[in-house]
Amino acid sequence: MNAAMMLAPRTGGLAALALVVSLAPLTFPNAYFYDVAVNALFNAVVCVGLNLLVGYGGQISLGHAGFFALGAYGSAILTGTYGVPPVAALAASAAAVGALAFVVGRPILRLKGHYLAMATLGIGIIIHIVLKTESQVTGGPDGIGVDAFTVLGLAVAGDKAWYWVGAGLLVFAVWISLNLIDSPMGRALRAVHGSEVGAEVVGVDTGRYKVLVFTLSAVFASVVGSLFAHKNGFITPDIGSFFRSIELVTMVVLGGMASTFGAVVGAVILTLLPQLLASFEDYEAMVLGGIMMGTMIFMPKGLLPSLRAALKRRRAAA
Amino acid sequence: MTLLRIESLSKEFGGVHAIEDLSFVINPGTIHSIIGPNGAGKTTLFNLITGVYTPTSGRILLDDHDIAGKRPFELARLGMSRTFQNLQVFFNMTALENVMVGHHLHLDRRFLPSLFRLPAIARRDAEARAHCLELMAFVGIGRYGDADAASMPYGALKRLEIARALAARPRLLLLDEPAAGLNATESREIDEVIKKVAATGVTVVLVEHDMKMVMGISDHILALDYGRKLAEGTPAQVRANQDVVAAYLGAH
Amino acid sequence: MFAEFLQYVFAGLTSGAIYALAGLGFAIIYNASHVINFAQGEFIMIGGMSTATMVAAGIPLPVAAAAAVLVTMLVGVALEKFAVEPAKGADVTAIVIITIGASIFLRGAAQVVWDKEFHALPAFSGETPIAVLGATLMPQSVWVVGVSMAVIALLWWFFNRTLFGKAMLATSFNRLAAQLVGIGVKKVLMVSFALSAMLGAVGGIVVTPITFTNYEAGIMLGLKGFSAAVLGGLGNGLGAIVGGLVVGIAEALASGYLSSAYKDAIAFVIILLVLFFMPSGLFGKKGTDRV
Ligand SMILES: Nc1ncnc2c1ncn2[C@@H]1O[C@H](COP(=O)(O)OP(=O)(O)OP(=O)(O)O)[C@@H](O)[C@H]1O
Ligand SMILES: [Mg+2]
Repeated sequence: MNAAMMLAPRTGGLAALALVVSLAPLTFPNAYFYDVAVNALFNAVVCVGLNLLVGYGGQISLGHAGFFALGAYGSAILTGTYGVPPVAALAASAAAVGALAFVVGRPILRLKGHYLAMATLGIGIIIHIVLKTESQVTGGPDGIGVDAFTVLGLAVAGDKAWYWVGAGLLVFAVWISLNLIDSPMGRALRAVHGSEVGAEVVGVDTGRYKVLVFTLSAVFASVVGSLFAHKNGFITPDIGSFFRSIELVTMVVLGGMASTFGAVVGAVILTLLPQLLASFEDYEAMVLGGIMMGTMIFMPKGLLPSLRAALKRRRAAA
Repeated sequence: MTLLRIESLSKEFGGVHAIEDLSFVINPGTIHSIIGPNGAGKTTLFNLITGVYTPTSGRILLDDHDIAGKRPFELARLGMSRTFQNLQVFFNMTALENVMVGHHLHLDRRFLPSLFRLPAIARRDAEARAHCLELMAFVGIGRYGDADAASMPYGALKRLEIARALAARPRLLLLDEPAAGLNATESREIDEVIKKVAATGVTVVLVEHDMKMVMGISDHILALDYGRKLAEGTPAQVRANQDVVAAYLGAH
Repeated sequence: MFAEFLQYVFAGLTSGAIYALAGLGFAIIYNASHVINFAQGEFIMIGGMSTATMVAAGIPLPVAAAAAVLVTMLVGVALEKFAVEPAKGADVTAIVIITIGASIFLRGAAQVVWDKEFHALPAFSGETPIAVLGATLMPQSVWVVGVSMAVIALLWWFFNRTLFGKAMLATSFNRLAAQLVGIGVKKVLMVSFALSAMLGAVGGIVVTPITFTNYEAGIMLGLKGFSAAVLGGLGNGLGAIVGGLVVGIAEALASGYLSSAYKDAIAFVIILLVLFFMPSGLFGKKGTDRV
């Protein structure tokens, strides 16, 4: 399989992704690695959703970890306290998060630039604080235990099983994302990024698409949050912290804004990074900050699009 | 019936009267030009008509219905479409995709079918692709199909905006200086395109500094200066108007 | 009843003064470059941490404070030189990510240079409370408010009475005008970061005796300063000061009368409400985007 084919979306891209996630376990040095890999897959799914908003739609969100956390806590509480079956809890949480995103999205996405950054950041922080404070329901800063994920009596147990759930979900998410951006809706969304007024005068209700994609990306985050809660068996409010929101945006930006596969690559790199830096734990924050600055200064389009541009240039030169 | 009626329209920007107490009508099926020196308020007028700005006072009626407070995309649904003096191209997309966004209103925009790319979506998209490629050829940029908009020269981008506006199938097409920055040959080609569009029954409102072009193709001309109407009439009438001549001489 | 209220107001004014300084820092940089510097809070942290370390090492407070302000200003200038300037012309999202990256970087660096512990600084003039109408006022609060006012006055003088200051204001409206009086945009940018860093450092130094400080202390202070700046209308200096005081007092009253756990959420609730109903802040100019 050559690189150009892999970089071309939908033709080879999806198949290549499926192949990579199927074969990746062969390279895992030990069972512990599955745990890291599942986190990478989960982050990748959130980032594929977030990239629709940030990369394609051009709207920043500094609060997406909040939606992730709401999904996680929704599942934890519904299954733990109320005995709702996990699949129903996941769906109910996703619906609630979607509804919340839809309602707050209207006024928020009228804002632009720094004001939008401020508003999304505020929503994320408020969610984080509520989760920390309402300890009667959420267990407070100490966190809350979560039951295993069962479907029709069958439990998803062990990191290997979760790996395949994550892999399947990622392939599905990427497929959805590729479909969407190549549809009239998706083109309208990208047009919003290109020129809002240019899109409006040919009939694109820019507000509607911004809210739709904000909601969609929040639902992505919520679903993954629910699964993460079950997989981990224990969650704390810090899964919804400001820092986590930033980390998610950084993954998208690093891999490549407006590139679905880029979002996946960015998520995988930033999830693996702390493992690689394990012996330099103290420097983790500096490295993350450095990556954020360096990417934006030297490679503002992100890894994959820059790579693709370089390939294109090479081919043109040949 | 008049297509568009402007009644004592005014727009003020912190003390600057960009448009002041302006009234005129545009009849269907005509080429209607708006001329005036730099800063006369032509672009502002376009922005008011297409809902990009809200008037300070006055009324704008489309088919005798007041369109006050309507957003640009709602007006597009009523058959308005336009190009911009300062390019508003989607530079993050290909040329063809730009035009396909123009066709947005005529495509299947349902959410769930889009997510799963149901056959209906794919089929309509393929048809739209072909149609938009035709439009690109029509305005003379057929060879740019899958090129990135960001890599196209200025003249091609001006035409790209026209193709995008046409893809919306407007009844009323507003062109803001479509020939600005083009050479003589290119200007003549744009001239041809406008005539062909008008021949299909589309009403064209044209802002243009190229007087040869304006005098050649317009049915009716409105001259503005400092946001006010200076003169109005056929090209011959406006050309003969002393105020218009004075305004242009004064400005240059 | 009233004494309690007054007590909350005192607390609110104290933290509000710090938010005002931070908000002003945002405003100055925003005016000069249309950059929102999310690392503003780190200036507060660096100012406080450096002073605390030096005082703990036996250096007299005034010397330590002056040195800390200088160090922070150097960090500010370095930030401008190496992170903001190279990204000139980048879109808002890119700038937001760069300055957040800088903030995370500085926080990480602080953790390496210092540690994760809290650092304290003795109050400048003792801890004997002053009784005011039944409420008590800590002398350090007077320092916070007094020093903030002095710094703000100094800034006012700089921007309104010196040629360079006036030119800096002019750049925010008109780049050409500034160049005409021989002041380059680059220099304006640099000075604006230095001034903002100075504001942050001063805030950090005076507030550390009350709140203590650690490597993470900058985040919340910075974000609340940002809310103050947005509340007042981005780029509006006076607005940022009023915004800071509003946020500080609202926070103190809410945590006193409603729930102290939600103290940190108040600033964001206010800012969301304001943005929903007044998208350009309390005192922001409403302009029409030119097309
Ligand atoms: N968004 C805006 N905010 C403030 N002033 C504006 C705005 N848009 C236009 N103006 C002012 O309104 C006046 C008319 O401008 P407009 O762009 O409509 O002129 P024009 O006739 O299109 O000129 P040109 O031939 O140069 O394109 C000018 O004085 C301009 O500065
Ligand atoms: Mg104009």
